[in-house]
Amino acid sequence: MKKVMMGNHALSFGGMLGRAQVIAAYPITPQTQVVELLSEMCADKTLDATFIKVESEHSAMAASIGASLAGARTFTATSAQGLALMHELLHWASGGRNPVVMGNINRAMAPGWSIWSDQNDSLSQRDTGWIQFYCSNNQEVLDTVIQAFKVSEKLMIPSMVILDAFTLSHTYEVVDLPDQKKVDEFLPPFRPEIKLTPDDPHAFGGLTSPEHYFELRYKLQKDMEKAPALIEKTGKEYEKMFGRYLGQVEEYRCDDADFIFITSGTVGSTARVAIDELREEGVKVGNLRIKVFRPFPFEKVRNIIKKAKKVAVVDRNISYGHHGIFYQEVKSAMFGHHNSLPIFGFIAGLGGRDVTPSTFREILGHVQKKDKSEEEIIWIGVKK
Amino acid sequence: MIEIRFHGRGGQGTVVASKILADAIAKEGNYVQAYPEFGVERRGAPVFAFIRIDDKPIYDKSRIYKPDHVVVVDPTLVDVIDVTEGLKEGGMIIVNTDKNPEELKFPDKYKVVGVNATGIAVKHKLGTLAAPIVNTSVVGAVVKILNLANIKSLLEAVRENVPMKHEENTAAAKEAYEKA
Repeated sequence: MKKVMMGNHALSFGGMLGRAQVIAAYPITPQTQVVELLSEMCADKTLDATFIKVESEHSAMAASIGASLAGARTFTATSAQGLALMHELLHWASGGRNPVVMGNINRAMAPGWSIWSDQNDSLSQRDTGWIQFYCSNNQEVLDTVIQAFKVSEKLMIPSMVILDAFTLSHTYEVVDLPDQKKVDEFLPPFRPEIKLTPDDPHAFGGLTSPEHYFELRYKLQKDMEKAPALIEKTGKEYEKMFGRYLGQVEEYRCDDADFIFITSGTVGSTARVAIDELREEGVKVGNLRIKVFRPFPFEKVRNIIKKAKKVAVVDRNISYGHHGIFYQEVKSAMFGHHNSLPIFGFIAGLGGRDVTPSTFREILGHVQKKDKSEEEIIWIGVKK
Repeated sequence: MIEIRFHGRGGQGTVVASKILADAIAKEGNYVQAYPEFGVERRGAPVFAFIRIDDKPIYDKSRIYKPDHVVVVDPTLVDVIDVTEGLKEGGMIIVNTDKNPEELKFPDKYKVVGVNATGIAVKHKLGTLAAPIVNTSVVGAVVKILNLANIKSLLEAVRENVPMKHEENTAAAKEAYEKA
């Protein structure tokens, strides 16, 4: 069934179709319509789930972890400052191997106070041990939530499904709602091997001596390393049933491209418009949109961009004192493999500054002028 | 692709108008993208909403700077802001007004159509004369003038989106559609 919905509600419907059993959330800004709709669904029994209203995002994640430990499929959502407040518990969720799935609306961090998009909130959580999916349209948001439950529960690692503020969160698009029966077939109920239950008492998260802690982290990394293959497999399975493939990256006209843009989120959608225009003019350009940031799809990226003459990474984020964050990852993907490939780093669209098809023309102009990349950041559209 | 910009004031239901329009268009199998311009607008402040329509998926997620058409939900905005900013030559300006549209003195390069949406809304008891709820009447006229959807899709979309006064809103949209 096709339905016009905003990105926030695409997250809600993803949680509903995935049959989340517990939703814990703090209902004040920066919370959005995601949990508003889910709370209505819980109230009118469209969704058979327990809605736990808590007093902060920190508590929202704590409640989610508890529910997940007890064997419930758990969903929540947050944004920006709310995600930052969860930070401690994000480590707890991954370290405790609780496959919580959470929507995060990419809003710029305050101050200055902002309700518009950039990626510094979620990228600041890079090392918390969560899988991170970045979406470029509302259909992808819904499809990703369903697939994230499957991937997370298989690996016992939590996932974040991330979308741009306003550009997706409050933008209405046509979304195809998959049939519940087929979703149930794709995503069977969550049945963890070990769970918190009075019938079979265990202690979780206790003091862990140097004798054991190291191995727990080794195992988390080893399971994270299984994610790329699993995400591809799950994506193909989903495609077979619903006609849409997820995977780790989206490659657009990269095959014979001299120049490749590397993008994420909605920036990677607008890039396609620029590419079609530039191709019409005879410029061989392509776009590689990174859908999964953690674990980073090193092999995919390497194989797709190695034949290009130049690569431009467009970051809607920054690691202060260094560079754009995707830029760093792409550089490290190529280091030791294709050291001579010029990779240029651009920063655009911070705090919701618009990224348009002409942004990519401007970027291409910079790239065409230089033979090799300099380490300095190229700022697009900043008023200096 | 058709790109339309809506001008209204906070509290007039401009965002809901764009959602109704998006639903009506989607019901006929087309692709649509609708979004409000976000800020911290208060009731009465000028607000915008944008809508893109195509028969194939819409990848452009940037704002609309050069609309094909504009819709002016509140006639008093014409004196306050330039509603023609970026409007393409030959573009349509659909204005909610009870005046002869020629009196609004828009440049000749645009086609101007007046719709008395306030009159229709008040007749159907939607809001008050001081604060009429004109969004369903405006959408009814826009759908007809720009030939965006059929009446059945329009009325279904109105019914699904308005929070109250379903019959009155549907009747207003229908009347605006038929008169336009």
